[in-house]
Amino acid sequence: MSARARLVLGLGSLAGLGALLVWAVGGLPDFGHPRGPYADLAPRIMLDERHVANAVTGITFDLRGFDTLGEELILFVAALGAAVLLRALRTEGAIEEAAADEERRGPGTADALRALGAVLVGPMLLLGIYVVVHGALTPGGGFQGGVLLAGALLLVYAAGQVAAVERVRPASLVEVADALGAAAYTLVALAGLVFGVAVMDNVLAYGTTGSLLSGGTVPVLSVAVGVEVTAGVTLILSEFVDQMLLRSRGGD
Amino acid sequence: MTALQTVCLLAVAVAGTATVLTRDPLRQAVASGSLGLALSVLFLAFGAPDVALSQIVVAGVAVPVMVLLALAKIRTVDRAAAREDAGER
Amino acid sequence: MVAYLVAVWLLLVGLYGVITSRHLVHLVLCLGVMQASTYVLLLAIGWRVGGAAPIFADIPPSTPVVDPVVQALTLTDVVVEATVVAVLLALTVQAHKRFGTCDPDALGALRG
Repeated sequence: MSARARLVLGLGSLAGLGALLVWAVGGLPDFGHPRGPYADLAPRIMLDERHVANAVTGITFDLRGFDTLGEELILFVAALGAAVLLRALRTEGAIEEAAADEERRGPGTADALRALGAVLVGPMLLLGIYVVVHGALTPGGGFQGGVLLAGALLLVYAAGQVAAVERVRPASLVEVADALGAAAYTLVALAGLVFGVAVMDNVLAYGTTGSLLSGGTVPVLSVAVGVEVTAGVTLILSEFVDQMLLRSRGGD
Repeated sequence: MTALQTVCLLAVAVAGTATVLTRDPLRQAVASGSLGLALSVLFLAFGAPDVALSQIVVAGVAVPVMVLLALAKIRTVDRAAAREDAGER
Repeated sequence: MVAYLVAVWLLLVGLYGVITSRHLVHLVLCLGVMQASTYVLLLAIGWRVGGAAPIFADIPPSTPVVDPVVQALTLTDVVVEATVVAVLLALTVQAHKRFGTCDPDALGALRG
């Protein structure tokens, strides 16, 4: 089929799909008045029974905890897949040599950028840890804090300290952390069985709303997800950085 | 529907269209970054600070970095292949 | 209503970009636009007029809030998008190495 015919067919079917979607969207409840009892019930349960101030994190890790288990495992598998795909493109030992080459050549970034990067890494790590741990109280949680922490590592790379990146991510440490996070979440989920209630039930003490240990298993799961997301995103980003490091050697 | 929400929705629609219509991947990474930013402001206007935080770190930090690294790798392989071809001929 | 229409528009425009794409990385970013449409739709469904954000740290417990369930769905959706983009970009780098080109029309069939 020629490109022109494909384009015409594509535009025609897009128009049909658009008409169907507009018709479907017209049948949704009025904008601004969500129907459905779950919307009213969920914040009540979170606040009154589980003492969690942040209803969204409470739902993510408690009411809909199974979904989050699946999402976390998606992240785990995606990190695995990216690592497998990209490691096939390089040989052992090439990364260390390329990093040593880069360090010998000296950093190519401006001094101001390197200074800024060095200054910002500490606060960014602290902010990431704060966001992960305070998931139950303020906007935040495992996912956001985990990506922030991985971003702090990326800052080290962007500031030109390539060799520091290599030292900080001995591959086994990051992989172990990734697996630990995923395993911790699954173990906490199965802890319900140990305590004699259903799997994924909230088994720890609920505490008072607003304190750091409120919500039972919610902060525990938040930390587990934070560790896992940090390690997973670091693994993915460092695989891409390795490919970049090999660029000066002309490919693999 | 507040005025802020309407403005944000229009900004998102324009940014999305711009992202699709930019053909060069390098420029498109920048356009997609602006889409991410518009989306995070939209999420704030809809009363979803958690989602906005997530969107900022993902669409501002993780995705553009991966796209740029992948593009750099592709460009290097292209340049090496062109050098080989020129060397052979 | 405008929110729903914007979501539909983003989906259609992203799909158009995927159909007519000439570069694999461009295709991946158009997929991101399609994912953005689902976020807008989900959050627009949950919006309540006069509702506050569902964080009860400093508001009295009886204020009406927007729907937090769709926000939880969108939140994990956003992070999963990043990982999907990562795997797709890794596939792009591999495909480029294998076939020498990033044009989806020119990619050959899988050879054993």
